[in-house]
Amino acid sequence: MNPDLSTDFCGIHFSNPLVLASGILGTEAALMERVARCGAGGITSKSCGPEPRQGHPNPTVLDWGPGLINAVGLANPGVKMEITILKDTRSRLAPLGVPLVASIFAHTVESFAEVAAQINTAQPDLIEVNISCPNVAAEFGRPFALDPSSAAEVTRVCKSVTEIPITVKLSPNTPDLVAIARAVAAAGADALTAINTVGPGMIIDLESGRPILANRVGGVSGPAIRPIAVRCVYDLARALDVPIIGTGGVTSGHDALEMIMAGATLVGIGSAVYARGPACFAEIRTEMIAWMNAHSVSSLDEIRGQAHATHI
Amino acid sequence: MQHTSDRGQLPRPYRVVEIREENPTVRSLCLEGTAMHSIAMVLEPGQFVMAWLPGVDEKPFSPSCAKPLTLTVTRVGPFTTAMHQLSVGDTVWLRGPFGRGFSLDRQPVSSQKEIMLVGGGCGAAPLLTLAQAARQAGQRVLVVLGARTTDGLFFQDRYTKLGCHVLVSTDDGSAGERATSVQVAASLLSRKDAAIDALYACGPGPMLDAVYELAQMHNLPVQLSYEAYMRCGIGVCGSCALGGCLVCRDGPVFQRPPDVIQRHPRTGNK
Repeated sequence: MNPDLSTDFCGIHFSNPLVLASGILGTEAALMERVARCGAGGITSKSCGPEPRQGHPNPTVLDWGPGLINAVGLANPGVKMEITILKDTRSRLAPLGVPLVASIFAHTVESFAEVAAQINTAQPDLIEVNISCPNVAAEFGRPFALDPSSAAEVTRVCKSVTEIPITVKLSPNTPDLVAIARAVAAAGADALTAINTVGPGMIIDLESGRPILANRVGGVSGPAIRPIAVRCVYDLARALDVPIIGTGGVTSGHDALEMIMAGATLVGIGSAVYARGPACFAEIRTEMIAWMNAHSVSSLDEIRGQAHATHI
Repeated sequence: MQHTSDRGQLPRPYRVVEIREENPTVRSLCLEGTAMHSIAMVLEPGQFVMAWLPGVDEKPFSPSCAKPLTLTVTRVGPFTTAMHQLSVGDTVWLRGPFGRGFSLDRQPVSSQKEIMLVGGGCGAAPLLTLAQAARQAGQRVLVVLGARTTDGLFFQDRYTKLGCHVLVSTDDGSAGERATSVQVAASLLSRKDAAIDALYACGPGPMLDAVYELAQMHNLPVQLSYEAYMRCGIGVCGSCALGGCLVCRDGPVFQRPPDVIQRHPRTGNK
């Protein structure tokens, strides 16, 4: 038996649900093509903003044991250069049948509209609207993802400038996740990506007595946050009828299936690329198929949202 | 009983135990693990560590010696200047080792032949660990060191002491032959009695590309150690991407230039 891993998401065909998450390896067309050849079902580029940004000084990414912590600070080449990268990437991914998700950020609503309009010209398959980076609070202020009305406003302006479906990347760092998701969905979001990194967190070096990240704080990811991500996806799937890219600490086939049982349609893969290398996509896919075969599950639709069945 | 939690690959403190002036702009810092973190670092030639100075920056360095762990630092900017200002007893924090280094075992060397190491500028530093390993394995080692001027050269004596045959060149002729290290390597390889059976190089990108061409021309296996702007050092952020390869994880040592790997993805390093 060969279980079916393919899925439709906002009318786009994905041969498998594993999507490279934003901020991991999404910097270069050749590198994104390589990840696609490693078996990813979709590729998300690194978040791009209106102008080039250096990001934070080093250290920016650390393996602290149970996961990663990062404060790269939205380093990106700016939207003009990004369009060139995305067009190149698209032409490399199209023959492989791998959709491209373009991630964008901005620090004002107007700027979001501008970046979305420009990215629209590169014609990615999907635009991911990143309103939830936790690492730029000093500069950008409170993330849009922490407030329902500003999250909705960003969604509305992005929808107004493009026909491409958009997914809004939500933050777990709020008690109002469902309210924010409702506002975003009402404003026209085609999908949701949940979750961005948790925190921010901090790691202190004992010898120097100083926070190690140059930004002092950073977003926590990896296996340590998976239960939080699964709960967020579960809550969203329960409350809303919007497809979800479930992201957060998925490292194995079992983790990916867990995310689908929580209600995710696609599954984001980020820190696993560190733990297992780019080969993780094919490996996770194989692990999913093995479990599905052992449990006589022939398609992901059979188990999607299964965890909700016992919810009274 | 003491319980230590998993702290992953966080930076660990190392004490500066000795400082050596190699030339006016190059200094070597010999480091020792502190009592709390006495785990010795197991390092292959060509691998790198991320060196952190709190409040300054964190940068990749490929050590010039594994035992004692030695970072050889050329002063070029604020971080390397801060490294030069350290004294014996000061602390440097290291993560690592990371990446794929040089390998000697993949290239069997017959006793009559020898390997050639080509170092451009500060490329002389990581090649020293390779020379040590090669000499320990009983191989003959020919070293070509090049720099812009005599002030940029270092380690000639260190290579000589290991029993390597050393040739130097400078762009301005202020030391050794007036030529680039690649030109010297090229003329050595075209000699009738040339008996080199593998090439290893570390230096600026264009120099490595030229060494690759040389290796192709003479049908020799080659290993090239590339430099790149790095952030995470662990294959996550994509800052060091070069033609679809990550210098930090797939490299820094490659068997062909990463853009060539990219043009022929089927034969590339995975």
